[in-house]
Amino acid sequence: MSDPILSLSGVCTDIAQYHILQGVDLEVGRGGVTMLLGRNGVGKTTTLRTVIGHWQARAGSIRFDGQEITRMPTPDRARAGIGFVPEDMGIFSGLTVEENMTLAAASGPLDTARRDWLFSVFPPLRTFWRSAAGTLSGGQKQMLSIARAMAEERRLYLIDEPTKGLAPAIISTMVGALRELKSQGASILMVEQNFAVAKALGDQVAVMEDGCIIWTGAMADLAADAALQERLMGLSMEVEA
Amino acid sequence: MLTRLLSGDRPRSLVLTVILLAILGALAFAPFLFPGVRSLETAARICIFIVLVASYDLLLGYTGIVSFAHTMFFGLGAYGVALASDAMGRGWGALAVGTVAGALAAAVLAAVIGMFSLRVRAIFFAMITLAVASAVAVLVSQLSAITGGEDGLNYSIPRELTPAFRLGEVMGVRINGKLLNYYLVFTCCLVLFLVLLRVVNSPFGRVLQAIRENEFRAEAIGYRVVYYRIIATCLSASVAALAGSLFAIWLRYVGPDTTLSFTIMLDILLMVVIGGMGTIYGAVIGAAIFVLAQNYLQTLMGSAAEATAGLPLVPDLLNPDRWLLWLGVLFILSVYFFPTGIVGRLRTGR
Repeated sequence: MSDPILSLSGVCTDIAQYHILQGVDLEVGRGGVTMLLGRNGVGKTTTLRTVIGHWQARAGSIRFDGQEITRMPTPDRARAGIGFVPEDMGIFSGLTVEENMTLAAASGPLDTARRDWLFSVFPPLRTFWRSAAGTLSGGQKQMLSIARAMAEERRLYLIDEPTKGLAPAIISTMVGALRELKSQGASILMVEQNFAVAKALGDQVAVMEDGCIIWTGAMADLAADAALQERLMGLSMEVEA
Repeated sequence: MLTRLLSGDRPRSLVLTVILLAILGALAFAPFLFPGVRSLETAARICIFIVLVASYDLLLGYTGIVSFAHTMFFGLGAYGVALASDAMGRGWGALAVGTVAGALAAAVLAAVIGMFSLRVRAIFFAMITLAVASAVAVLVSQLSAITGGEDGLNYSIPRELTPAFRLGEVMGVRINGKLLNYYLVFTCCLVLFLVLLRVVNSPFGRVLQAIRENEFRAEAIGYRVVYYRIIATCLSASVAALAGSLFAIWLRYVGPDTTLSFTIMLDILLMVVIGGMGTIYGAVIGAAIFVLAQNYLQTLMGSAAEATAGLPLVPDLLNPDRWLLWLGVLFILSVYFFPTGIVGRLRTGR
């Protein structure tokens, strides 16, 4: 890749006594969606959390837009332009939807035009704007979680399993929102277990196994090759989007 | 206007509104409604503890930090006024210097403790505050040449704030310096309470709540958690010191038992829990109930014991000497029936 927005080189991350990432080499291109796939427990979430700084890399290098960020504190990474949507949503349930969104615009007041755009993408946010975030349904919480990452324009979005446990109707809203984000030229690194969603959104794909990247290529190539899916992930995922 | 004064944080419960208005009215007109030295003493103590408990709630309820040094900051403010009055003599200048010095010393000490301990884990902060508070209490006792040791310090305050300053009589109540002193305490406490209400409802306060709920998530958005925690600690310590200064002005005496003892720290914790953590209004309810119980439960129990003198066992149980037992029972019941505190319960209606 000629000019990646994010590149990981030989990244190793330990959690307690466990060596979770064992030399991850990964590049995420500018504009477009890179899918991070693999079985459960291979290190996908840890990769995202190492990029945002929740876990510190023991070895290796992480470069974001040409800048070395391996030892940078998490808030500085966020202010450098990395948005993160965690698997557990991480919303502030005691605060209202409005307060959650206002806090997410850390560099200044929430832009009205951007707020209106988010309302059009996630209509429930307008309805429950002044409600406590803790009272929202699971799908609405996930919408808030993603909208919060989109409250400001970010140069890179790290999104961890955005459709996990959601009803099909909510999944299509989510896919629509992410497609719109993608159409604006956003760069996204996404972990996703739902292959139909991965196929619908992904441009590039990286497959992980035992804490390493074992295959990278075009999403279209992986989606078209059932044998390759079987070999890389142990099962064929011919599911329609 | 009222909503602006309350920083948009209205009580959100009719019963709570009525209770808060009743407490405000009772404190505002305490000298006229409940004449007498003891009742005025109780009212002043309630005012000061409302501010002290609210400042602790900023730390515990809004930021999720457990500190055992809050009485130490309270004591710094009190000793600031005492030492300044002792050194500079009776005067408003001494009160101002002592108050500002106490608040600044509290903020600096809180910042130092925070920088050493809040970077790691909040639990270390609790342990370090416990150690520092104990060390300061011992130090104050040992440095008797400066602090008066265990005996404490008596000092003079401006004559306008003492009973010797007489202005006349209104509605059968003598208007003297003690009354002016009470209204000084009441007004300052009201202002400090409204300032704290503003702080917790400001964008800064929202970040603190976000940190309390999900520290990592707040960092991932771009907020430097340690900085926010240290600022909250300094702010809380300064307000506690200001409450201590008011206490010193009111009492005209400071000593380790009245300002630095660990018992006061436990009282603050109980008041926060009874009133409701994370609700500044909880401090009003918690402090009012607790201080009233501390001051009047014994009297009430004495009357009840006399009234039930003919019954078996009951008078023994209601013996005024057992007031702490009943205070404990009241605390257990309040935690059991109001796990989110009285304010939390009244707001949710459940």
